[in-house]
Amino acid sequence: MARPKIPRKSTSVDMTAMCDVAFLLLSFFILTTKFKPSEAVPVETPNSVAAKIAPEKDVVMISLNKDGKVFLSTGDNTSDKQKKHDIIASVNESRGLGLSTTDIDALVKAPFIGVPLAQLSQQARLKTEQMTALTLPGIPCKDTANNEMIDWMRAVSDAYQGTKVNLLLKGDNVAKYPSFKNVLTAFKKNKLFKFQMVTNPESVPQGTELWKANMSGKAREE
Amino acid sequence: MAEMDTSGGGGKHKKGPGVKKGKKMSTRVDLTPMVDLGFLLITFFIFTTTMSQPTAMKLNLPDDTATPEEQNKAKESGALTILLGKDNHVFYYEGILAPDGSNFKSSNFKEIRDEIIHKKQTTDTADLVVVIKPNDESNYKNVIDILDEMSINVIKRYALVDISPIEDQMIKATEGGGTAPATSGQ
Repeated sequence: MARPKIPRKSTSVDMTAMCDVAFLLLSFFILTTKFKPSEAVPVETPNSVAAKIAPEKDVVMISLNKDGKVFLSTGDNTSDKQKKHDIIASVNESRGLGLSTTDIDALVKAPFIGVPLAQLSQQARLKTEQMTALTLPGIPCKDTANNEMIDWMRAVSDAYQGTKVNLLLKGDNVAKYPSFKNVLTAFKKNKLFKFQMVTNPESVPQGTELWKANMSGKAREE
Repeated sequence: MAEMDTSGGGGKHKKGPGVKKGKKMSTRVDLTPMVDLGFLLITFFIFTTTMSQPTAMKLNLPDDTATPEEQNKAKESGALTILLGKDNHVFYYEGILAPDGSNFKSSNFKEIRDEIIHKKQTTDTADLVVVIKPNDESNYKNVIDILDEMSINVIKRYALVDISPIEDQMIKATEGGGTAPATSGQ
């Protein structure tokens, strides 16, 4: 008996549907992606279990890089830039630096301030590309006697008088404790007792008290 | 979907009686390379996307200018002092440091949590205070890690205090001849 012929089926699969899915996902990721803004001061932050997202408004950020250099920057929006202008103008006045209006404007545009007070006018003349954490010496903050951060923080607290300021401290993993301590001293001297440290999120270790509190749905204390 | 009507295509074949019709060519396009490309780009965007926003840890500083009467004194029995040295060394002692250093113990970032939990369980909550003293060779990460440990174990009262010379000497002495510590847990 002749066997019935089984029709040979093509093995090629229709890829159209898969292609659709692939490009749908692709467009989703393209639209939701947010590139890391290139940071002027490269800092590798430590991890913590803190869950609060770092604020982006009314920010004064102090970066502490791995060599212990200290840099000062503010947020990017217009009101923060205005405050930055106030801060620089205030330092200029209190320390008699004699910066011209153009110098101040140039410093406001600069991504960060990272020179001793005496060299501010030189930094103002640098191009943005020349301002890197490697070439600039950082704000001197070595000990209590020579701590220019105190002047800067005074200007900050003056500029933000009456309004809330988000002091952010962004330290590098390998920065040594004394430089951190000197920044804290500058905060304390100006009665700025509340600040936040930028960290990368990390999961809470299981079985610990905080973990249990989170599991039971209790509101976290900030 | 990816097909087109191609009847009458080809152009060249002569139409006439007895002439075979030109073979209809399939217009199905192989989409496999396109799918490959799609997934390659997806992978790229998944890897470059920043899912995690940086978080912020809050820290309130004490006022140094407060007079000693205003400062709340820590009860000796409820105090746990944690000292941070170089290369992720951690030391601790309870209460007051004994003159001979008998209660000065060495630890690391993994074991210190058990010590904090133990201290918390054995001490009255109102008396418990953790004093953190980083020495000059400890780094920023250590300080954050130990502050983080405070929030992990829900320690309400803790203080970041400057190290005293005696304690610094003890750290240096222990580090010199001590055993190699386990690496930082975090």
